[in-house]
Amino acid sequence: MDVQIALLLAQDGLTNGAIYALLALAIVLVFVVTRVLWVPQGEFVSYGALTLASLQLGKVPGTVWLLVCAGLATALVDGVVAVREGRLRRMPRSLLANVVLPLALAALATWLAPRNPPLLVQILLTIALIVPLGAMVYRLAFQPLQRASVLVLLIVSVAVHFAMQGLGLVFFGPEGARTPAFTDVRFELGVMTVSGQSLLVIGASVFLIVVLYLFFERTIYGKALRATAVNRTGARLVGISTSLAGKLTFTLAAGIGAVSGILIAPIATIYYDSGFLIGLKGFVGSVVGAIVSYPLAALGAVLVGMLESFGSFYASALKEVIVFTALLPVLIWLSLRSRHVEEDDEE
Amino acid sequence: MNAQRLLSLAALALLVIAPLVVSEFSVTLLNYIGLASLVAIGCSLLTGVGGLTSFGQAAFVGLGAYTTAVLTTQFGWSPWLTLPAGLALTAMVAMLLALITLRLSGHFLPVGTIAWGISLYYLFANVDGLGGQTGITGVPPLQVADHVLNTGREFYYLVWFFVVLALIAVRNLLDSRPGRAIRALRGGITMAESCGVDTQHYRAVIFLLSALVACLSGWLYAHLIRFVNPSPFSINLSIEYLFMAVIGGASHVWGAVVGATVLTVLKQWLQDILPRLIHASGNFETIVFGLLMVLLLQRARTGIMPLLARFLPLDRPVRVPALDAGAARQDAPLGARERPLAGELLLEVRDVVRRFGGLVAVNRISFEMRAGEILGLIGPNGAGKSTLFNLITGVLAPSAGEVWLRGERIDRLRSRQIAQRGVARTFQHVQLRPAMSVIENVAIGAHLRAGGGVIGAALRLDRRSEASILREARRQLERVGLGAELLVPAGSLPLGSQRILEVARALTADPMLLLLDEPAAGLRYQEKRALADLLLRLRGEGVTILLVEHDMDFVMNLVDRLVVMQFGEQIATGLPAQIQADPAVIEAYLGGVE
Amino acid sequence: MSAVLEVEGLSVAYGKVEALHGANLVLPAGSIVTVIGPNGAGKTTMLAAIMGLLPSQGIVRYQGRDVARDEVEARVAQGLVLVPERRELFGEMTVADNLVLGAFARYRRRESGIDADLDAVYQRFPRLRERRGQLAGTLSGGERQMLALGRALMTRPRVLMLDEPSLGLAPLVVREIFQIIADLRRTGVSILLVEQNARAALQVADHAYVLETGDVVLEGEARSLITNPRVIETYLGLAAGSRRTSAA
Repeated sequence: MDVQIALLLAQDGLTNGAIYALLALAIVLVFVVTRVLWVPQGEFVSYGALTLASLQLGKVPGTVWLLVCAGLATALVDGVVAVREGRLRRMPRSLLANVVLPLALAALATWLAPRNPPLLVQILLTIALIVPLGAMVYRLAFQPLQRASVLVLLIVSVAVHFAMQGLGLVFFGPEGARTPAFTDVRFELGVMTVSGQSLLVIGASVFLIVVLYLFFERTIYGKALRATAVNRTGARLVGISTSLAGKLTFTLAAGIGAVSGILIAPIATIYYDSGFLIGLKGFVGSVVGAIVSYPLAALGAVLVGMLESFGSFYASALKEVIVFTALLPVLIWLSLRSRHVEEDDEE
Repeated sequence: MNAQRLLSLAALALLVIAPLVVSEFSVTLLNYIGLASLVAIGCSLLTGVGGLTSFGQAAFVGLGAYTTAVLTTQFGWSPWLTLPAGLALTAMVAMLLALITLRLSGHFLPVGTIAWGISLYYLFANVDGLGGQTGITGVPPLQVADHVLNTGREFYYLVWFFVVLALIAVRNLLDSRPGRAIRALRGGITMAESCGVDTQHYRAVIFLLSALVACLSGWLYAHLIRFVNPSPFSINLSIEYLFMAVIGGASHVWGAVVGATVLTVLKQWLQDILPRLIHASGNFETIVFGLLMVLLLQRARTGIMPLLARFLPLDRPVRVPALDAGAARQDAPLGARERPLAGELLLEVRDVVRRFGGLVAVNRISFEMRAGEILGLIGPNGAGKSTLFNLITGVLAPSAGEVWLRGERIDRLRSRQIAQRGVARTFQHVQLRPAMSVIENVAIGAHLRAGGGVIGAALRLDRRSEASILREARRQLERVGLGAELLVPAGSLPLGSQRILEVARALTADPMLLLLDEPAAGLRYQEKRALADLLLRLRGEGVTILLVEHDMDFVMNLVDRLVVMQFGEQIATGLPAQIQADPAVIEAYLGGVE
Repeated sequence: MSAVLEVEGLSVAYGKVEALHGANLVLPAGSIVTVIGPNGAGKTTMLAAIMGLLPSQGIVRYQGRDVARDEVEARVAQGLVLVPERRELFGEMTVADNLVLGAFARYRRRESGIDADLDAVYQRFPRLRERRGQLAGTLSGGERQMLALGRALMTRPRVLMLDEPSLGLAPLVVREIFQIIADLRRTGVSILLVEQNARAALQVADHAYVLETGDVVLEGEARSLITNPRVIETYLGLAAGSRRTSAA
């Protein structure tokens, strides 16, 4: 391997790593706030990529129907609970968020899709169609299980993965899609050619990470999420509801997933089930930070990207084996660092 | 014959007759159910009973299948030799994974097994010698004696023979000393460790067992289908095995078979029949499974077995041994401890300090205890008494200072090792397994007094030792006054009785030093008197007792000496009469605003 | 004086075991009411149930409305606030963030006056101002209790429930805390106080309830309970300096 190839591989690794880093951050966020090991983060990535691809073809994306269905289901569950507990005054809000908003978005998407709007509008529409799914998933799957153990939440998490992947096939079909590059610009930097596409992906990831950092450090809602992560009971006692924190967290996760999907769409062909493996690579990254540390998770994800890129050069067929086997030394390292761990588990 | 046994025999008879009367297609389905049941039995033991999860079970199935496929087709081994080879390989992988994940919190095992499952899947698919995506064909059929198992109907008996064997072994195991240790894993490890249970060891054991039955299932699969390729060993299959265990629930071993049946039949229907009905194709089974699991875990987390148990006699109560001397003579003797002589220096606490962040919870506490005395530890709430208990019993390590037990320094030991040295305790916040019976909860206390491993338990070679453990548990329960409630779930006792149950559990360990954290809280007057009498009798037998208690009357009439703590400091030490007259103590207890 | 908080027939069960059996309690507006009792009597359980942290049966009437079905967060937003025994601070966040988060429900309602309240808390607890950039987990026991109180005050409570505010604190700090409790009442906050330090609690309170094994066994004017023989026997036995063989 010469320097030029090495630099090219590094650039590829860094580009993929930047996307994995976003996913790793979302996984850490979901875990520390809700204790859910969020396996299906990658499903948001497939949804994002396939939605954008549909819009670029001038087709109404399947996400529209998915969103409307999920919204109706959520409103239905809210309604049943409201009737049972005699708290109907909350319903208008639920109907607005879960029925009116999805229908409005669906109408907008149906109207816009054949009109070939500019790329930026397509991207914003993609994000808008996927973000509301986060809170719906939380409401349907996890909100009734706030007191459950990490183990139960994990099993629910993989169950949600099953459902989301199956729904992905129903709403997007079995065909894969790859969107055209956002830009064809290339820079010559010494011996290396830097693609504008890579810079765009890395730049967007870094930008999003900075925005997230500011959100958590500076805003009251960001602090509320951190507070819930640190002490759930304490948070409830100052009026931060666990459900609110959960919905907000999953909204962020869905948003991060959608953006990641948009970023990865021109890099790889995405099928309805591609997201799972992509999400798991973010997961591997997050384990480097023991699923609690944001900076280590991001670093780990970049390492995963590098490993994958160089691994595919040396043994292309085995790159997945290399990436996932790399988790084992990480676990050994964590294990050696850890002291006696005590768990609070429910019976 | 009791109803439970009758049901088992009926089920067995049904199993034997089934392949003779049903269609070829149904036999195939039953074979698949049997193969899945084996894996699900392991998942149920691991997840339902032990509270651990693995997403690598399908990979272990694959390891069993590929090992035999490669060894029989490429090296000409006999299938009966490839089984031990596969099991050995599986054991190695499982032990490695256990070693690197089980020291971490529980959620790292599933994370580690996801990685392992995916890696192995891609390895199967991409290594040339393993046939890639097309797989390996020409796996030979199994031969029993001279008979070749060529048909599904013949194979059926072999599969279900192993399933029944696994069910019996797991049921036997759970009803034994190691089984109680395994059932104690779920719900926090502090209690189990304080009874001397090596929780890491038992976590590794159940992971290993679950991997081995999965491997067995894979071996059977390869010789049934006579062909292997990577697709049945993907992570989605691992998730389905886990779902089977969840559907059945962990309350009964049969749950795994019920779960495997429900999911296998449902999958068959969703994949073959539903698409024909609605003229559409898709992964309907993944959607349905996903939604089904979410609903099940939200609505009926214990699975469907407790529901079935209402209609069928599935529950097998523990057999409680009698207390008469004649029966007891046949027991294997329990380990007994050599007692220190009265007055011998037993425990020394030297300048022990414990900090939590900026908070000094225990600050330079020093005292000693001599064999055969009762020492009271009193002080207002939040004085650091329970923290001190945790420091002495190894739940926490002191930030500074030393703890010595009979001339041996113990402050760096784990709580399990301290338990081994004859220290038993109760907890301020009761720690028991609410779903287990009273007598089984107490029997956990005797963990270190008998031997007996997993294999002996599964083969029922431990009955004499088991009888003596249960007899000892019963003896201690009679002694503390809970003899009438041996078989009720511990969680249904009033809180006061649950504390007394903990005393009995501690006594079952035959301790020389007994640490009791507020044993009288929540007891009525007569019960407190009975408890005080018991403690005095124990002292007479040479047991040394350290007691935290708030009821001053109870303490003052019982203890030989007192240590008084307040906001982490030791403010007084002495005889009860001295303490009661101590101005610092009166100030600490009464405080006052002005 | 009207009651700001009324509890009727409040029961709590852990699994099949009942820890509180139909407790009744009245907190008149602007008063301090204390609940005393031995460990395990159900005092903490009672406060947690009133707050909504534990599922319970019975009526919790706050400002004339039954809030028993409201979520914890909804009760906080209405001014029913608990400082729990374990404090439940945000250990890995700064003192300032802990205090600001105390006003979370008010931020959501876009209420004003939050900054002024923060200043008032710093004025009341100058130590917290000194340590505002420090992580809450590094504070000493007394500072933690001040922070817990300060965070609760940031919610603008109408009813403040305090679970063992003197827990693990040096006498000097305890005195300070009780001084603050007395001050708070003067600003119109009604206080429900659970204390192990029975005498201190009875001295500061107007009315008192004695809880034993989940039942209210005694209630009355706080001053009168200090001299009640049964209370002396159970809680102040040490003061009498005599050994007793009978217990309540």
